[in-house]
Amino acid sequence: MSAIAMRAPLWLRLLRDPRAALGLGLVALVLLGALAAPLLPGAETPDFMATLAAPDATHWLGTDDLGRDTLSRILAGARVSLLVGLCSVGAALLLGGTIGLVAGFFGGWVDMVLMRLMDVLLAFPGILLALGITAALGASVTNTVIAIAVVNLPVLARVARGQALALRELDYVKAQRALGFAPLTILWRAVLPNALSPILVQASVLLAASIITESYLSFLGLGVQPPTPSWGNMLRDAIGFLDQAPWLAWFPGLAIFLTVLGFNLLGDGLRDRLDPRD
Amino acid sequence: MRMIAGRILALLPVLFGLCVLSFLLLAAVPGDPVTAMLGLEADPIAIAALRARYALDDPLPLRFLAWFWQVLQGDLGRSIQTGRPVTAMIGSALLPTLQLALAALVVSLLIAIPAGVVAATRRNGPSDFAASLIALCGLSLPSFWLGILLIMGFSIALPLLPSSGHVPFLADPWEALRHLALPALTLGAAMAAATMRMTRATMIEILSADYIRTARAKGLPGRRVVWRHALRNALMPVVTLVGLQLGQLMGGVVVTESVFSWPGIGKLTVDAIFARDFPVVQGTILVTATLFVLINLGTDLLYTVLDPRLRSRR
Repeated sequence: MSAIAMRAPLWLRLLRDPRAALGLGLVALVLLGALAAPLLPGAETPDFMATLAAPDATHWLGTDDLGRDTLSRILAGARVSLLVGLCSVGAALLLGGTIGLVAGFFGGWVDMVLMRLMDVLLAFPGILLALGITAALGASVTNTVIAIAVVNLPVLARVARGQALALRELDYVKAQRALGFAPLTILWRAVLPNALSPILVQASVLLAASIITESYLSFLGLGVQPPTPSWGNMLRDAIGFLDQAPWLAWFPGLAIFLTVLGFNLLGDGLRDRLDPRD
Repeated sequence: MRMIAGRILALLPVLFGLCVLSFLLLAAVPGDPVTAMLGLEADPIAIAALRARYALDDPLPLRFLAWFWQVLQGDLGRSIQTGRPVTAMIGSALLPTLQLALAALVVSLLIAIPAGVVAATRRNGPSDFAASLIALCGLSLPSFWLGILLIMGFSIALPLLPSSGHVPFLADPWEALRHLALPALTLGAAMAAATMRMTRATMIEILSADYIRTARAKGLPGRRVVWRHALRNALMPVVTLVGLQLGQLMGGVVVTESVFSWPGIGKLTVDAIFARDFPVVQGTILVTATLFVLINLGTDLLYTVLDPRLRSRR
Protein backbone atom coordinates (compact mmCIF):
# COMPACT_ATOMS: atom_id res chain seq x y z
CA MET A 1 0.00 0.00 0.00
CA SER A 2 1.42 3.42 -0.89
CA ALA A 3 2.31 6.04 1.69
CA ILE A 4 -0.49 8.28 0.42
CA ALA A 5 -3.08 5.55 0.71
CA MET A 6 -1.90 4.83 4.25
CA ARG A 7 -2.09 8.49 5.24
CA ALA A 8 -4.53 9.14 8.08
CA PRO A 9 -7.51 11.43 7.42
CA LEU A 10 -7.05 15.14 8.11
CA TRP A 11 -9.14 15.25 11.29
CA LEU A 12 -7.10 12.38 12.77
CA ARG A 13 -3.82 14.12 11.92
CA LEU A 14 -5.18 17.29 13.52
CA LEU A 15 -6.09 15.40 16.67
CA ARG A 16 -2.57 13.95 16.89
CA ASP A 17 -1.11 17.49 16.97
CA PRO A 18 -1.60 18.70 20.60
CA ARG A 19 -1.90 22.37 19.60
CA ALA A 20 -4.37 21.72 16.79
CA ALA A 21 -6.30 19.33 19.06
CA LEU A 22 -6.55 22.06 21.71
CA GLY A 23 -7.76 24.48 19.03
CA LEU A 24 -10.28 21.97 17.76
CA GLY A 25 -11.47 21.39 21.33
CA LEU A 26 -11.93 25.11 21.99
CA VAL A 27 -13.80 25.63 18.72
CA ALA A 28 -16.00 22.60 19.45
CA LEU A 29 -16.73 24.01 22.92
CA VAL A 30 -17.80 27.36 21.48
CA LEU A 31 -19.95 25.62 18.86
CA LEU A 32 -21.62 23.50 21.54
CA GLY A 33 -22.18 26.62 23.64
CA ALA A 34 -23.75 28.41 20.70
CA LEU A 35 -26.01 25.43 20.01
CA ALA A 36 -26.97 25.23 23.69
CA ALA A 37 -27.81 28.95 23.91
CA PRO A 38 -31.59 28.55 23.37
CA LEU A 39 -31.71 26.14 26.34
CA LEU A 40 -30.74 29.01 28.66
CA PRO A 41 -33.48 31.59 28.24
CA GLY A 42 -32.03 34.32 30.50
CA ALA A 43 -30.14 36.20 27.77
CA GLU A 44 -32.79 38.84 27.18
CA THR A 45 -34.96 38.39 30.28
CA PRO A 46 -34.35 41.12 32.86
CA ASP A 47 -34.63 40.21 36.54
CA PHE A 48 -34.63 43.43 38.54
CA MET A 49 -34.42 41.48 41.80
CA ALA A 50 -30.99 40.16 40.84
CA THR A 51 -29.14 43.05 39.25
CA LEU A 52 -25.33 42.99 39.28
CA ALA A 53 -25.35 39.69 41.18
CA ALA A 54 -21.90 38.13 41.64
CA PRO A 55 -21.31 34.62 40.27
CA ASP A 56 -23.09 32.04 42.44
CA ALA A 57 -24.92 28.73 42.15
CA THR A 58 -27.96 30.32 40.45
CA HIS A 59 -26.09 32.58 38.05
CA TRP A 60 -22.76 30.86 37.39
CA LEU A 61 -21.22 33.93 35.77
CA GLY A 62 -23.29 36.57 37.59
CA THR A 63 -25.82 39.02 36.17
CA ASP A 64 -25.69 42.44 34.54
CA ASP A 65 -27.28 45.76 35.57
CA LEU A 66 -30.66 44.57 34.28
CA GLY A 67 -30.38 41.22 36.04
CA ARG A 68 -29.80 39.29 32.84
CA ASP A 69 -27.79 36.08 33.23
CA THR A 70 -24.22 36.60 31.96
CA LEU A 71 -23.70 32.94 31.00
CA SER A 72 -26.88 32.93 28.87
CA ARG A 73 -25.79 36.16 27.21
CA ILE A 74 -22.30 34.83 26.52
CA LEU A 75 -23.75 31.71 24.88
CA ALA A 76 -26.18 33.83 22.86
CA GLY A 77 -23.22 36.08 21.98
CA ALA A 78 -21.36 33.01 20.71
CA ARG A 79 -24.11 32.47 18.15
CA VAL A 80 -23.81 36.06 16.96
CA SER A 81 -20.00 36.05 16.85
CA LEU A 82 -19.84 32.75 14.98
CA LEU A 83 -22.63 33.81 12.62
CA VAL A 84 -20.91 37.10 11.78
CA GLY A 85 -17.49 35.39 11.49
CA LEU A 86 -18.70 32.54 9.28
CA CYS A 87 -20.90 34.70 7.04
CA SER A 88 -18.28 37.40 6.54
CA VAL A 89 -15.49 34.92 5.81
CA GLY A 90 -17.83 32.84 3.64
CA ALA A 91 -18.80 35.87 1.56
CA ALA A 92 -15.17 36.99 1.26
CA LEU A 93 -14.14 33.44 0.34
CA LEU A 94 -16.68 33.27 -2.45
CA LEU A 95 -16.02 36.72 -3.89
CA GLY A 96 -12.34 37.16 -3.03
CA GLY A 97 -11.49 33.61 -4.05
CA THR A 98 -13.20 34.10 -7.41
CA ILE A 99 -11.53 37.48 -8.00
CA GLY A 100 -8.10 36.10 -7.12
CA LEU A 101 -8.43 32.93 -9.21
CA VAL A 102 -9.72 34.84 -12.24
CA ALA A 103 -6.99 37.51 -11.88
CA GLY A 104 -4.18 34.98 -11.50
CA PHE A 105 -5.41 32.59 -14.18
CA PHE A 106 -6.17 35.11 -16.91
CA GLY A 107 -3.38 37.58 -16.05
CA GLY A 108 -2.93 40.69 -18.22
CA TRP A 109 -5.30 43.62 -17.83
CA VAL A 110 -7.88 41.53 -15.95
CA ASP A 111 -5.25 40.83 -13.30
CA MET A 112 -4.07 44.43 -13.24
CA VAL A 113 -7.52 45.97 -12.84
CA LEU A 114 -8.78 43.48 -10.25
CA MET A 115 -5.63 43.51 -8.14
CA ARG A 116 -5.32 47.31 -8.15
CA LEU A 117 -8.87 47.38 -6.76
CA MET A 118 -7.82 44.89 -4.09
CA ASP A 119 -4.70 47.00 -3.36
CA VAL A 120 -6.92 49.98 -2.62
CA LEU A 121 -8.89 47.91 -0.09
CA LEU A 122 -5.64 46.62 1.41
CA ALA A 123 -4.42 50.19 1.76
CA PHE A 124 -6.88 50.74 4.62
CA PRO A 125 -6.18 49.40 8.10
CA GLY A 126 -8.84 46.68 8.44
CA ILE A 127 -10.69 48.05 11.46
CA LEU A 128 -10.79 51.52 9.95
CA LEU A 129 -12.32 50.26 6.71
CA ALA A 130 -14.88 48.28 8.67
CA LEU A 131 -15.66 51.38 10.75
CA GLY A 132 -16.08 53.50 7.62
CA ILE A 133 -18.44 50.98 6.05
CA THR A 134 -20.60 50.56 9.14
CA ALA A 135 -20.62 54.33 9.60
CA ALA A 136 -21.95 54.71 6.07
CA LEU A 137 -24.39 51.79 6.06
CA GLY A 138 -25.50 51.96 9.70
CA ALA A 139 -24.96 49.59 12.61
CA SER A 140 -26.63 46.19 12.26
CA VAL A 141 -25.66 42.52 12.09
CA THR A 142 -25.98 42.46 8.28
CA ASN A 143 -23.87 45.58 7.81
CA THR A 144 -21.27 44.21 10.22
CA VAL A 145 -21.05 41.09 8.04
CA ILE A 146 -20.70 43.24 4.90
CA ALA A 147 -18.02 45.43 6.50
CA ILE A 148 -15.91 42.50 7.70
CA ALA A 149 -16.36 40.65 4.40
CA VAL A 150 -15.00 43.69 2.51
CA VAL A 151 -12.00 43.80 4.88
CA ASN A 152 -11.31 40.08 4.28
CA LEU A 153 -11.91 40.23 0.53
CA PRO A 154 -8.47 41.44 -0.66
CA VAL A 155 -6.59 39.06 1.65
CA LEU A 156 -8.30 36.00 0.19
CA ALA A 157 -8.08 37.41 -3.32
CA ARG A 158 -4.30 37.75 -2.95
CA VAL A 159 -3.88 34.17 -1.70
CA ALA A 160 -6.12 32.81 -4.47
CA ARG A 161 -4.27 34.82 -7.12
CA GLY A 162 -0.91 33.51 -5.93
CA GLN A 163 -2.19 29.95 -6.20
CA ALA A 164 -3.67 30.50 -9.66
CA LEU A 165 -0.44 32.11 -10.89
CA ALA A 166 1.58 29.09 -9.79
CA LEU A 167 -0.91 26.48 -10.97
CA ARG A 168 -1.47 27.90 -14.45
CA GLU A 169 2.16 27.13 -15.32
CA LEU A 170 1.93 23.45 -14.36
CA ASP A 171 1.93 20.78 -17.02
CA TYR A 172 -1.51 19.34 -16.33
CA VAL A 173 -3.09 22.79 -16.71
CA LYS A 174 -1.14 23.42 -19.91
CA ALA A 175 -2.25 20.01 -21.16
CA GLN A 176 -5.91 20.88 -20.63
CA ARG A 177 -5.33 24.09 -22.55
CA ALA A 178 -3.73 22.15 -25.39
CA LEU A 179 -6.72 19.80 -25.42
CA GLY A 180 -8.92 22.81 -26.13
CA PHE A 181 -10.87 23.06 -22.87
CA ALA A 182 -12.50 26.44 -22.25
CA PRO A 183 -10.57 28.65 -19.77
CA LEU A 184 -13.42 28.64 -17.26
CA THR A 185 -13.63 24.85 -17.40
CA ILE A 186 -9.89 24.60 -16.71
CA LEU A 187 -10.24 27.11 -13.88
CA TRP A 188 -13.10 25.14 -12.35
CA ARG A 189 -11.78 21.60 -12.90
CA ALA A 190 -8.00 21.91 -12.66
CA VAL A 191 -7.09 25.12 -10.83
CA LEU A 192 -9.78 25.52 -8.16
CA PRO A 193 -9.47 22.06 -6.51
CA ASN A 194 -5.70 22.43 -6.21
CA ALA A 195 -5.80 26.02 -5.01
CA LEU A 196 -8.40 25.37 -2.34
CA SER A 197 -6.24 24.18 0.59
CA PRO A 198 -4.17 27.35 1.14
CA ILE A 199 -7.25 29.51 0.58
CA LEU A 200 -9.18 27.56 3.21
CA VAL A 201 -6.27 27.77 5.67
CA GLN A 202 -6.18 31.54 5.22
CA ALA A 203 -9.95 31.64 5.67
CA SER A 204 -9.66 29.80 9.00
CA VAL A 205 -7.12 32.36 10.20
CA LEU A 206 -9.40 35.16 9.01
CA LEU A 207 -12.25 33.65 11.00
CA ALA A 208 -10.35 34.48 14.20
CA ALA A 209 -9.58 37.99 12.96
CA SER A 210 -13.22 38.49 11.94
CA ILE A 211 -14.48 37.54 15.40
CA ILE A 212 -12.10 40.11 16.90
CA THR A 213 -13.18 42.78 14.38
CA GLU A 214 -16.85 42.10 15.15
CA SER A 215 -16.13 42.50 18.85
CA TYR A 216 -14.26 45.78 18.17
CA LEU A 217 -17.17 47.15 16.14
CA SER A 218 -19.76 46.08 18.70
CA PHE A 219 -17.61 47.44 21.53
CA LEU A 220 -17.48 50.80 19.78
CA GLY A 221 -21.26 50.65 19.33
CA LEU A 222 -21.08 50.23 15.56
CA GLY A 223 -21.63 46.49 15.25
CA VAL A 224 -24.32 44.29 16.74
CA GLN A 225 -26.82 46.48 18.57
CA PRO A 226 -28.44 45.83 21.98
CA PRO A 227 -30.57 44.07 23.07
CA THR A 228 -29.01 41.36 20.84
CA PRO A 229 -26.07 40.21 22.94
CA SER A 230 -22.62 40.08 21.42
CA TRP A 231 -19.36 39.77 23.31
CA GLY A 232 -18.28 43.20 22.12
CA ASN A 233 -21.42 45.05 23.22
CA MET A 234 -21.38 43.16 26.54
CA LEU A 235 -17.88 44.56 27.17
CA ARG A 236 -19.10 48.00 26.18
CA ASP A 237 -21.88 47.74 28.79
CA ALA A 238 -19.38 46.42 31.36
CA ILE A 239 -17.24 49.58 31.21
CA GLY A 240 -19.68 51.43 33.46
CA PHE A 241 -19.51 48.77 36.19
CA LEU A 242 -15.82 47.85 36.36
CA ASP A 243 -15.55 48.62 40.08
CA GLN A 244 -18.94 47.16 41.08
CA ALA A 245 -19.22 44.10 38.85
CA PRO A 246 -15.86 43.19 37.29
CA TRP A 247 -17.17 39.79 36.15
CA LEU A 248 -19.16 41.59 33.47
CA ALA A 249 -15.82 42.42 31.84
CA TRP A 250 -14.00 39.16 32.65
CA PHE A 251 -16.21 36.59 31.01
CA PRO A 252 -17.14 38.09 27.61
CA GLY A 253 -13.46 38.99 27.09
CA LEU A 254 -12.43 35.48 28.06
CA ALA A 255 -14.97 34.10 25.59
CA ILE A 256 -13.47 36.18 22.76
CA PHE A 257 -9.94 35.23 23.79
CA LEU A 258 -10.61 31.46 23.95
CA THR A 259 -12.56 31.44 20.69
CA VAL A 260 -9.88 33.38 18.82
CA LEU A 261 -7.16 31.23 20.39
CA GLY A 262 -9.05 28.13 19.26
CA PHE A 263 -9.34 29.31 15.67
CA ASN A 264 -5.70 30.48 15.62
CA LEU A 265 -4.47 27.09 16.89
CA LEU A 266 -6.72 25.28 14.45
CA GLY A 267 -5.53 27.49 11.59
CA ASP A 268 -1.88 26.83 12.49
CA GLY A 269 -2.60 23.11 12.67
CA LEU A 270 -4.43 23.10 9.33
CA ARG A 271 -1.56 25.00 7.70
CA ASP A 272 0.98 22.49 8.99
CA ARG A 273 -1.10 19.44 8.12
CA LEU A 274 -2.05 20.64 4.64
CA ASP A 275 1.56 21.52 3.85
CA PRO A 276 2.71 18.98 1.22
CA ARG A 277 5.99 18.60 3.15
CA ASP A 278 4.06 17.34 6.19
CA MET B 1 16.80 56.84 -6.72
CA ARG B 2 15.04 55.35 -9.74
CA MET B 3 13.74 52.53 -7.58
CA ILE B 4 12.42 54.97 -4.97
CA ALA B 5 10.76 57.06 -7.67
CA GLY B 6 9.20 53.91 -9.13
CA ARG B 7 7.77 52.87 -5.76
CA ILE B 8 6.33 56.34 -5.17
CA LEU B 9 4.81 56.45 -8.65
CA ALA B 10 3.24 53.03 -8.12
CA LEU B 11 1.64 54.46 -5.01
CA LEU B 12 -0.21 57.23 -6.82
CA PRO B 13 -3.05 55.04 -8.17
CA VAL B 14 -3.49 53.53 -4.69
CA LEU B 15 -3.69 57.00 -3.13
CA PHE B 16 -6.21 58.02 -5.78
CA GLY B 17 -8.18 54.86 -5.01
CA LEU B 18 -8.13 55.82 -1.32
CA CYS B 19 -9.65 59.17 -2.20
CA VAL B 20 -12.35 57.55 -4.35
CA LEU B 21 -13.26 55.05 -1.65
CA SER B 22 -13.23 57.64 1.15
CA PHE B 23 -15.53 59.82 -0.94
CA LEU B 24 -17.84 56.92 -1.82
CA LEU B 25 -18.22 56.01 1.86
CA LEU B 26 -20.08 59.28 2.40
CA ALA B 27 -21.98 58.84 -0.84
CA ALA B 28 -23.04 55.36 0.31
CA VAL B 29 -25.02 56.70 3.26
CA PRO B 30 -28.52 55.35 2.58
CA GLY B 31 -31.02 58.02 1.69
CA ASP B 32 -30.04 61.65 1.91
CA PRO B 33 -26.75 62.20 3.79
CA VAL B 34 -28.01 65.59 4.97
CA THR B 35 -31.03 63.96 6.62
CA ALA B 36 -28.66 61.40 8.09
CA MET B 37 -26.52 64.21 9.51
CA LEU B 38 -29.28 66.54 10.73
CA GLY B 39 -32.09 64.07 11.47
CA LEU B 40 -35.55 63.66 9.98
CA GLU B 41 -37.06 66.67 11.72
CA ALA B 42 -34.36 69.15 10.77
CA ASP B 43 -35.18 72.67 9.66
CA PRO B 44 -35.69 72.71 5.84
CA ILE B 45 -33.59 75.88 5.60
CA ALA B 46 -30.69 74.18 7.36
CA ILE B 47 -31.11 71.17 5.07
CA ALA B 48 -31.07 73.37 1.96
CA ALA B 49 -27.98 75.24 3.21
CA LEU B 50 -26.10 72.02 3.87
CA ARG B 51 -27.12 70.55 0.51
CA ALA B 52 -25.83 73.69 -1.18
CA ARG B 53 -22.57 73.66 0.81
CA TYR B 54 -21.80 70.07 -0.22
CA ALA B 55 -23.26 70.52 -3.73
CA LEU B 56 -25.36 67.41 -3.12
CA ASP B 57 -27.63 68.11 -6.07
CA ASP B 58 -24.73 67.80 -8.53
CA PRO B 59 -23.97 64.46 -10.22
CA LEU B 60 -21.66 62.19 -8.22
CA PRO B 61 -18.59 62.40 -10.54
CA LEU B 62 -18.74 66.22 -10.44
CA ARG B 63 -19.01 66.20 -6.67
CA PHE B 64 -16.04 63.88 -6.48
CA LEU B 65 -13.93 66.07 -8.76
CA ALA B 66 -14.75 69.17 -6.71
CA TRP B 67 -13.96 67.35 -3.45
CA PHE B 68 -10.78 65.82 -4.89
CA TRP B 69 -9.56 69.23 -6.02
CA GLN B 70 -10.11 70.53 -2.49
CA VAL B 71 -8.25 67.56 -1.02
CA LEU B 72 -5.28 68.19 -3.32
CA GLN B 73 -5.15 71.71 -1.87
CA GLY B 74 -5.15 70.30 1.66
CA ASP B 75 -8.76 71.26 2.35
CA LEU B 76 -10.84 68.42 3.83
CA GLY B 77 -13.89 70.59 4.44
CA ARG B 78 -15.41 71.76 7.72
CA SER B 79 -16.86 69.85 10.62
CA ILE B 80 -20.65 70.00 10.73
CA GLN B 81 -20.58 69.81 14.52
CA THR B 82 -17.94 72.42 15.35
CA GLY B 83 -17.53 74.36 12.12
CA ARG B 84 -13.74 73.99 12.43
CA PRO B 85 -11.65 72.96 9.41
CA VAL B 86 -11.27 69.17 9.38
CA THR B 87 -7.55 69.52 8.57
CA ALA B 88 -7.00 71.51 11.79
CA MET B 89 -8.98 68.99 13.86
CA ILE B 90 -6.95 66.12 12.43
CA GLY B 91 -3.74 68.07 12.93
CA SER B 92 -4.36 68.51 16.64
CA ALA B 93 -5.44 64.86 17.08
CA LEU B 94 -2.48 63.48 15.17
CA LEU B 95 0.16 64.38 17.75
CA PRO B 96 -1.36 62.37 20.64
CA THR B 97 -1.87 59.43 18.24
CA LEU B 98 1.74 59.49 17.05
CA GLN B 99 2.88 59.83 20.67
CA LEU B 100 0.84 56.76 21.61
CA ALA B 101 2.00 54.78 18.56
CA LEU B 102 5.65 55.55 19.29
CA ALA B 103 5.30 54.60 22.96
CA ALA B 104 3.54 51.35 21.98
CA LEU B 105 6.36 50.58 19.57
CA VAL B 106 8.98 51.09 22.30
CA VAL B 107 7.01 48.90 24.74
CA SER B 108 6.61 46.15 22.16
CA LEU B 109 10.31 46.12 21.24
CA LEU B 110 11.35 46.10 24.90
CA ILE B 111 9.21 43.01 25.45
CA ALA B 112 9.59 41.23 22.13
CA ILE B 113 13.31 41.38 21.28
CA PRO B 114 14.71 40.01 24.59
CA ALA B 115 11.90 37.42 24.80
CA GLY B 116 12.47 36.31 21.20
CA VAL B 117 16.23 36.02 21.68
CA VAL B 118 15.90 34.07 24.95
CA ALA B 119 13.32 31.74 23.38
CA ALA B 120 15.60 31.07 20.38
CA THR B 121 18.77 30.49 22.42
CA ARG B 122 16.95 28.11 24.76
CA ARG B 123 14.97 26.42 22.01
CA ASN B 124 12.48 23.76 23.16
CA GLY B 125 13.26 24.59 26.81
CA PRO B 126 10.78 25.87 29.40
CA SER B 127 11.52 29.54 28.63
CA ASP B 128 10.95 28.94 24.91
CA PHE B 129 7.68 27.17 25.65
CA ALA B 130 6.56 29.95 28.01
CA ALA B 131 7.50 32.72 25.56
CA SER B 132 5.76 30.96 22.65
CA LEU B 133 2.65 30.36 24.73
CA ILE B 134 2.52 33.99 25.87
CA ALA B 135 3.01 35.14 22.26
CA LEU B 136 0.19 32.91 21.03
CA CYS B 137 -2.09 34.19 23.79
CA GLY B 138 -1.04 37.76 22.94
CA LEU B 139 -2.06 37.23 19.32
CA SER B 140 -5.49 36.00 20.41
CA LEU B 141 -6.13 38.68 23.03
CA PRO B 142 -8.48 41.46 21.91
CA SER B 143 -6.52 44.61 22.74
CA PHE B 144 -9.51 46.48 24.17
CA TRP B 145 -10.09 43.66 26.65
CA LEU B 146 -6.46 43.85 27.72
CA GLY B 147 -6.99 47.60 28.15
CA ILE B 148 -10.03 46.99 30.33
CA LEU B 149 -8.12 44.42 32.42
CA LEU B 150 -5.25 46.88 32.88
CA ILE B 151 -7.69 49.57 34.00
CA MET B 152 -9.21 47.11 36.49
CA GLY B 153 -5.75 46.17 37.74
CA PHE B 154 -3.83 49.45 37.77
CA SER B 155 -6.55 52.09 38.06
CA ILE B 156 -9.22 50.43 40.19
CA ALA B 157 -7.69 47.61 42.28
CA LEU B 158 -4.32 49.35 42.68
CA PRO B 159 -4.99 53.01 41.94
CA LEU B 160 -1.54 53.69 40.52
CA LEU B 161 -2.20 54.92 37.00
CA PRO B 162 -4.95 57.04 35.44
CA SER B 163 -7.48 55.18 33.30
CA SER B 164 -8.21 57.98 30.87
CA GLY B 165 -7.14 61.30 29.48
CA HIS B 166 -4.02 62.84 28.02
CA VAL B 167 -1.50 65.33 29.39
CA PRO B 168 0.83 67.10 26.91
CA PHE B 169 4.41 66.03 27.46
CA LEU B 170 5.74 69.58 27.66
CA ALA B 171 3.13 70.60 30.25
CA ASP B 172 3.99 67.88 32.79
CA PRO B 173 6.34 65.08 31.64
CA TRP B 174 5.68 62.83 34.67
CA GLU B 175 1.88 63.05 34.37
CA ALA B 176 2.17 62.64 30.60
CA LEU B 177 4.06 59.36 31.08
CA ARG B 178 1.57 58.15 33.71
CA HIS B 179 -1.34 58.81 31.35
CA LEU B 180 0.53 57.16 28.49
CA ALA B 181 1.47 53.99 30.38
CA LEU B 182 -1.72 51.91 30.14
CA PRO B 183 -2.70 52.75 26.53
CA ALA B 184 0.88 52.17 25.38
CA LEU B 185 1.06 48.84 27.20
CA THR B 186 -2.28 47.80 25.69
CA LEU B 187 -1.22 48.56 22.14
CA GLY B 188 2.40 47.47 22.63
CA ALA B 189 1.50 44.05 24.05
CA ALA B 190 -0.51 43.18 20.94
CA MET B 191 2.43 44.17 18.72
CA ALA B 192 4.96 42.38 20.90
CA ALA B 193 3.45 38.95 20.31
CA ALA B 194 4.02 38.99 16.55
CA THR B 195 7.45 40.64 16.84
CA MET B 196 8.56 38.08 19.40
CA ARG B 197 7.55 35.19 17.13
CA MET B 198 9.42 36.74 14.22
CA THR B 199 12.54 37.44 16.33
CA ARG B 200 12.55 33.87 17.62
CA ALA B 201 12.13 32.30 14.17
CA THR B 202 14.83 34.47 12.58
CA MET B 203 17.25 33.98 15.48
CA ILE B 204 16.85 30.19 15.29
CA GLU B 205 17.72 30.31 11.59
CA ILE B 206 20.69 32.59 12.10
CA LEU B 207 22.10 30.75 15.10
CA SER B 208 22.65 27.71 12.89
CA ALA B 209 24.51 29.74 10.23
CA ASP B 210 28.16 29.02 9.44
CA TYR B 211 29.43 32.42 10.52
CA ILE B 212 27.93 31.98 13.98
CA ARG B 213 29.61 28.57 14.24
CA THR B 214 32.88 30.25 13.21
CA ALA B 215 32.43 32.99 15.81
CA ARG B 216 31.85 30.37 18.51
CA ALA B 217 34.85 28.32 17.25
CA LYS B 218 36.99 31.43 17.56
CA GLY B 219 36.15 31.40 21.25
CA LEU B 220 33.92 34.48 21.40
CA PRO B 221 31.72 34.54 24.49
CA GLY B 222 28.22 33.13 23.89
CA ARG B 223 26.46 36.33 24.86
CA ARG B 224 28.50 38.38 22.44
CA VAL B 225 27.80 35.94 19.62
CA VAL B 226 24.07 36.04 20.29
CA TRP B 227 23.53 39.74 21.02
CA ARG B 228 26.09 41.28 18.64
CA HIS B 229 26.61 38.86 15.78
CA ALA B 230 23.29 37.02 15.48
CA LEU B 231 20.79 39.65 16.61
CA ARG B 232 22.14 42.30 14.27
CA ASN B 233 21.25 40.16 11.25
CA ALA B 234 18.08 38.80 12.78
CA LEU B 235 16.71 42.33 13.08
CA MET B 236 16.35 42.74 9.31
CA PRO B 237 13.00 40.92 8.89
CA VAL B 238 11.94 42.21 12.30
CA VAL B 239 12.33 45.78 11.03
CA THR B 240 9.94 44.99 8.18
CA LEU B 241 7.39 43.43 10.50
CA VAL B 242 7.65 46.34 12.95
CA GLY B 243 7.15 48.80 10.09
CA LEU B 244 4.08 46.95 8.88
CA GLN B 245 2.78 46.78 12.44
CA LEU B 246 3.33 50.49 12.87
CA GLY B 247 0.98 50.91 9.91
CA GLN B 248 -1.51 48.53 11.52
CA LEU B 249 -1.24 50.56 14.71
CA MET B 250 -2.98 53.38 12.89
CA GLY B 251 -6.02 51.09 12.87
CA GLY B 252 -5.43 49.67 16.35
CA VAL B 253 -5.44 53.10 17.96
CA VAL B 254 -9.13 53.51 17.09
CA VAL B 255 -10.22 51.06 19.75
CA THR B 256 -7.48 51.75 22.32
CA GLU B 257 -8.05 55.50 22.17
CA SER B 258 -11.76 54.93 22.76
CA VAL B 259 -11.09 52.73 25.81
CA PHE B 260 -8.72 55.26 27.38
CA SER B 261 -10.42 58.46 26.11
CA TRP B 262 -7.13 59.35 24.41
CA PRO B 263 -7.77 62.44 22.27
CA GLY B 264 -6.17 61.07 19.11
CA ILE B 265 -7.31 60.49 15.58
CA GLY B 266 -9.00 57.18 16.45
CA LYS B 267 -11.24 58.74 19.07
CA LEU B 268 -11.90 61.66 16.73
CA THR B 269 -13.11 59.18 14.09
CA VAL B 270 -15.40 57.30 16.45
CA ASP B 271 -16.81 60.48 18.00
CA ALA B 272 -17.44 61.90 14.52
CA ILE B 273 -19.25 58.71 13.46
CA PHE B 274 -21.61 59.02 16.43
CA ALA B 275 -22.11 62.73 15.78
CA ARG B 276 -22.77 61.86 12.11
CA ASP B 277 -20.13 64.45 11.27
CA PHE B 278 -19.34 62.88 7.91
CA PRO B 279 -16.71 65.37 6.63
CA VAL B 280 -14.65 64.57 9.73
CA VAL B 281 -15.20 60.81 9.28
CA GLN B 282 -14.18 61.09 5.64
CA GLY B 283 -11.13 63.18 6.51
CA THR B 284 -9.87 60.99 9.34
CA ILE B 285 -10.29 57.82 7.29
CA LEU B 286 -8.45 59.35 4.34
CA VAL B 287 -5.60 60.72 6.46
CA THR B 288 -5.18 57.52 8.51
CA ALA B 289 -5.20 55.31 5.41
CA THR B 290 -2.70 57.62 3.68
CA LEU B 291 -0.42 57.45 6.71
CA PHE B 292 -0.79 53.66 6.70
CA VAL B 293 0.25 53.51 3.04
CA LEU B 294 3.17 55.91 3.56
CA ILE B 295 4.46 53.99 6.59
CA ASN B 296 4.34 50.77 4.55
CA LEU B 297 6.23 52.50 1.74
CA GLY B 298 8.79 53.80 4.24
CA THR B 299 9.25 50.28 5.64
CA ASP B 300 9.71 48.86 2.17
CA LEU B 301 12.31 51.48 1.30
CA LEU B 302 14.09 51.11 4.64
CA TYR B 303 14.34 47.37 4.14
CA THR B 304 15.85 47.92 0.70
CA VAL B 305 18.39 50.33 2.17
CA LEU B 306 19.28 47.91 4.97
CA ASP B 307 19.60 44.84 2.73
CA PRO B 308 22.01 45.48 -0.16
CA ARG B 309 20.93 42.23 -1.87
CA LEU B 310 17.49 43.69 -2.56
CA ARG B 311 19.03 46.78 -4.14
CA SER B 312 21.02 44.75 -6.64
CA ARG B 313 18.01 42.51 -7.38
CA ARG B 314 15.86 45.47 -8.27
